[in-house]
Amino acid sequence: MVNWIWLGMILFSFWFAALTGKMKEVTDAAFSGAQTGVNVCLGLIGILVLWMGLMRVAEDAGLVRKLAALIGPVVRWLFPDVPRNHPAMGYILSNLSANLLGLGNAATPMGIRAMQELQKLNPDPYTATPAMCTLLALNTASITLVPTTLIAIRLQFGSQNPAEIIGSTLLATAIATGAAIAADRWYRKKSGAPPYSADTGGKGSASSTARANYRIQDEPAVCRGTAGCAGSERTTGRAEASGRG
Amino acid sequence: MSAFLQAVSIWTIPALIAFIPLYAAFRRVPVYESFVDGAKDGFQTAVAIIPHLVGMMTAISMFRASGAMDVLTGAVRPLMERLGVPGEVLPLALLRPLTGSGSLAYVTDLIREHGPDSLIGRIAATIQGSTDTTLYVLTVYFGAVGIRRARYALKVGLFSDLVGFFAAVAACRWLFGAV
Repeated sequence: MVNWIWLGMILFSFWFAALTGKMKEVTDAAFSGAQTGVNVCLGLIGILVLWMGLMRVAEDAGLVRKLAALIGPVVRWLFPDVPRNHPAMGYILSNLSANLLGLGNAATPMGIRAMQELQKLNPDPYTATPAMCTLLALNTASITLVPTTLIAIRLQFGSQNPAEIIGSTLLATAIATGAAIAADRWYRKKSGAPPYSADTGGKGSASSTARANYRIQDEPAVCRGTAGCAGSERTTGRAEASGRG
Repeated sequence: MSAFLQAVSIWTIPALIAFIPLYAAFRRVPVYESFVDGAKDGFQTAVAIIPHLVGMMTAISMFRASGAMDVLTGAVRPLMERLGVPGEVLPLALLRPLTGSGSLAYVTDLIREHGPDSLIGRIAATIQGSTDTTLYVLTVYFGAVGIRRARYALKVGLFSDLVGFFAAVAACRWLFGAV
């Protein structure tokens, strides 16, 4: 679908520019758009480097695992195919809380770290897993408690009560997030991933559900990914927490 | 309440930057080495995102400059106004999922023109604040780990944007009255 949207936007712009004689503007826009893309990435470097570094410190100190262990049933319910104490859970929680606090700059690196951890559970590195899709859905809806930027803009233009949009924003963001979760669940079911089975707590349930979820015949890859995880989750959790440095 | 929440958002980051290394030091982690080790990945991740973001930004930028967006929103405008959606905020429904800075600029312009406490100004601010830039999030998050087949993720994101758009209009009409 990304392919079609991308192609569609380009072809539609070309066709439209041809009709309205805006070819010059579109040419400029193509180059300035490319430049914007690079600028955004360059702007991300500092933040990414800082947070990835801090996240590694937190990981080495065992904080990420601790966070993962503290995760409430809601997040486990949302990510049934991620083993309980997997570091991905810790990063997912950090990402969601950063979003909640409106710390967009911190949320992105944490989300990327979560994706990288989820990628380790992924038998096919080019295709998104259901867990990745869920994380993305939550981030695109992005529950935010305080829309700081907009309050600042409203203040700047002389609003009587700049913060009054907090209520309407919370309401809208809650509904949008609910819709995202519902749609995500629906697609999970449709794609044949059993969404409710991971947390039964039985031995080896993590690896068996993961295998079922991904519906992949590539057994060695699946075993490497999930068995490695399930193993480290039980036996090497402590060693890893203190032993990397 | 809002003052408290704003204080939280100002204090959180410095507190995290101080707390994480402190906790790690107590756990006998060589904090600086560990930081540098992890920070290396940050640079590579940022570079890995560049091609994804350049591709997307180019297409979005062309799409906006060609005027195609105005025509698309013009076509649905009569129907939407009958549903209570002010025509002025319609472009946001298309802009918001595509470009965060672009839609922020558009919202700022609406607020400047109609006033922050007008219905249009409030709806625009609510739309901007209540969802994230779906295409950007998808590009960055999946680009960073090299995912090419996003499966249903984009559909879910765009669906929630659409729901969020109408929810924002409805919430403002309900909370602030149909001014």
